[in-house]
Amino acid sequence: MILGQSNLLKSSVLVIGAGGLGSPALLYLAACGVGRLGIIDHDVVELNNMHRQVRDLRKFSSGSSFFFLAHSLVREMNKRYYLMLIVFFFFSFFFILQVIHTEAFIGHPKVKSAATACRSINSTIKIDEYVEALRTSNALEILSQYDIIVDATDNPPSRYMISDCCVLLGKPLVSGAALGMEGQLTVYNHKGGPCYRCLFPTPPPTTACQRCSDSGVLGVVPGAIGCLQALETIKLASMVGEPLSERMLLFDALSARIRIVKIRGRSAQCTVCGDNSSFNKQQFKDFDYEEFTQFPLSAGPLNLLPEESRISSKEFKEILQKKERHVLLDVRPSHHYKIVSFPDSLNIPFANLEARLNELTSALKEKEDGHVNSGSCANPSLYVVCRRGNDSQRAVQYLRDSGFSSAKDIIGGLEAWAADVNPNFPSY
Amino acid sequence: MQLTLEFGGGLELLCDSEKIHKVNVDLPNGVEELTMKDLLSWVRTNVIKERPEMFIKGDTVRPGVLVLVNDCDWELSGQLETTIEDKDVIVFISTLHGG
Repeated sequence: MILGQSNLLKSSVLVIGAGGLGSPALLYLAACGVGRLGIIDHDVVELNNMHRQVRDLRKFSSGSSFFFLAHSLVREMNKRYYLMLIVFFFFSFFFILQVIHTEAFIGHPKVKSAATACRSINSTIKIDEYVEALRTSNALEILSQYDIIVDATDNPPSRYMISDCCVLLGKPLVSGAALGMEGQLTVYNHKGGPCYRCLFPTPPPTTACQRCSDSGVLGVVPGAIGCLQALETIKLASMVGEPLSERMLLFDALSARIRIVKIRGRSAQCTVCGDNSSFNKQQFKDFDYEEFTQFPLSAGPLNLLPEESRISSKEFKEILQKKERHVLLDVRPSHHYKIVSFPDSLNIPFANLEARLNELTSALKEKEDGHVNSGSCANPSLYVVCRRGNDSQRAVQYLRDSGFSSAKDIIGGLEAWAADVNPNFPSY
Repeated sequence: MQLTLEFGGGLELLCDSEKIHKVNVDLPNGVEELTMKDLLSWVRTNVIKERPEMFIKGDTVRPGVLVLVNDCDWELSGQLETTIEDKDVIVFISTLHGG
């Protein structure tokens, strides 16, 4: 054990992402005495959306308890969504703030907040702070300075980029992921084990990729996975035990089950770590991971559509005031729609849009017929809205390709509506 | 034959949000053993209720789905050619990216 502790003290670990997974991982790594700890994240600490929801709902009905409001909001939903929402409201933001980021750091970089928390636990370790996004331009240089890499990011392009970089540099990668009530954990690129691409040579469709910040997660779930990432990292650094390589841990919080499964070894055909791979550092630097996965590296707004296919929330307000004939299509998942929605809007979740186009056609037809009766002749317009204005753009792009040539998205979605038009509109 | 099918990582949303399905699969006529290839098309027809493209692509599972036969990656047992036996547990799990 003394040798293990001494190995630990000599080791260096880079944690990429200081959010739900990275926060607990960092605290345990700091506490256990890793010699040098690097933290990279470009984000700032914010009281996340769950918190805003609490405040806004209170405005709606002062005097009622938040629980009652949450209860009445979701009483018509099935039990699963009920649980998810309660989870959403109560835990997600509390966890992240309490575990590493404190309110005092709101508006400051997560890296500064995380580093302060780590130092207060263990003042003897060296901490390197990188307040920047990890890109192909800086990844090789940063990762090369550490023995073990911890992937605590939240999106597919980062995961491919980090894995490829670890292969090029020969570093073991402790990879964790969580969404909703499930988590996954494995160690890649360790002593002949597979890399991320051996397992997932082709990126999944973007509709299968969700961020916790969009789809929700019970904070304890990434918390548990993050702790286990710290554990696997400590095992690797101190060279004790059997690392979780060529195995994957699957955690299902809802049914309280953890299963550890055997996964494939390194693939000889892998385009990055395979026998005939010619993937090199220059190719890595030139590789477009966002293009490869069709997914943005950071959660910034998409910009898919030309200006004429979009309107601002303020313009939409004028449309409502003028009572312009239109159909408002809301493409959020139905449980989001049940939390809050525009009156008279039609909800078809983006994932089901293709299969349910006929409903949209009938809604437009209905408006058109109403119009004929009232003696006017303009076709009804079609506006598309979602929570933040990303899926609405994807939907408009799809709708325009499918013949709905008048479709326009409302820029920034319901969040922009709440920010720019109606501050009393509940956001979540 | 009796099989247990499990869906996770969001794939359960394609089959009425039920994660565990105890099913009885009959062998197609004239076939002596059931392969994963047969099972996939059976699952596609009998279990998947919506958005089949989120489960199947071509004749196999879509990218990003891990298939485990008795807690073991199907890549290790022959992928589509893996033979399935009575009481086997087959897990379909979509990889997660969140954090």
